[in-house]
Amino acid sequence: MVKISQAPPGIEGPGFFATSLDKVIGLARANSLWPLPFATSCCGIEFMATMGSNYDLARFGMERMSFSPRQADILLVAGTISKKLGPVLRQVYEQMAEPKWVMSIGACASSGGIFDTYSVLQGIDKVIPVDVYVPGCPPRPEQILDGVLKIQELAKNESLRHRNSSEYQALMDQYKIG
Amino acid sequence: MTNQEILDHIRTKFTDDILSFDEPYGMLTIEIPPAKITSLLEFLRDSEELKMAFLTDLCGMHFPNQTDRELGMVYMVHSWTKNLKMRIKSFVSIKSPKVPTICNIYAAANWMERETFDFYGILFEGHPDLRRIMNVDEMDYFPQRKQYPLEDGTRTDKEDQYFGREGNYIQTFDQRADKQLNA
Repeated sequence: MVKISQAPPGIEGPGFFATSLDKVIGLARANSLWPLPFATSCCGIEFMATMGSNYDLARFGMERMSFSPRQADILLVAGTISKKLGPVLRQVYEQMAEPKWVMSIGACASSGGIFDTYSVLQGIDKVIPVDVYVPGCPPRPEQILDGVLKIQELAKNESLRHRNSSEYQALMDQYKIG
Repeated sequence: MTNQEILDHIRTKFTDDILSFDEPYGMLTIEIPPAKITSLLEFLRDSEELKMAFLTDLCGMHFPNQTDRELGMVYMVHSWTKNLKMRIKSFVSIKSPKVPTICNIYAAANWMERETFDFYGILFEGHPDLRRIMNVDEMDYFPQRKQYPLEDGTRTDKEDQYFGREGNYIQTFDQRADKQLNA
């Protein structure tokens, strides 16, 4: 059986269906998010399991991993990010086109994890804004999938004007991006 | 060849330069003044009896309590043909940590010396390109020196008191040592 996503709430009648543009675009975006895996360590291995046939990330419209930031919608940061890698991660984020989301997978990407040391970035939110944090050391594939579903919810319910809003600009200014 | 025979062989040329020697876990370890490093390593490489022509490792040490010999260098050399190995140590003052480079003897020493400079601030005189190799270029201290804390000062999600740190300030080695003495 082919399962297709549910239509957004709207007004239905014979021969027509009316809903807001936000909802339609949100539906399309949420079900075709292309991830860019930025995997540096063991969380990346868990993410590989998530991509594999047992857990099958492709069920959520993510068949294609994008290894170019320019064609990616979600940045999946899985693993320890050293301070030397911080500017690289930031450049990858800057190269992604709007709209874009960031998921921080695992303790190291979220807070530095066990690496409370001078050479490791204490959480990627020190250099780029993060939408969803997935805890765990490393998180199980189910947790990563849950994080992906949370991002789908964000994409579904985001206003089309959000990326032009002053709040979003203020967030980018805070990180000195753009 | 036993350690004593190696030592005697080195003494034929470096009579007064072996400041001390030891055999931890059976491995011959000698200490020499920094100025003699290049000539000793060349001697070990070219000696027909030893043929120690392989630089296994090169690294730094920091002993803050050894006045005027705080920073140390360790060289480990190996002989493939004679199956011999030994360790050479050398100490310098932290005020002017200058050691001659051995890049002209072993090309492999290039990156190892850069790493040692990066972490301990030991200056290798004559090195072709002495700059940081592992840490970020903006780093303004040498992190393996004992006065600097291992932990990162920007950590925000930990309660410091549960991790042996007090408050949010960065405790230096000296402060910690003072506290231990007063206790």
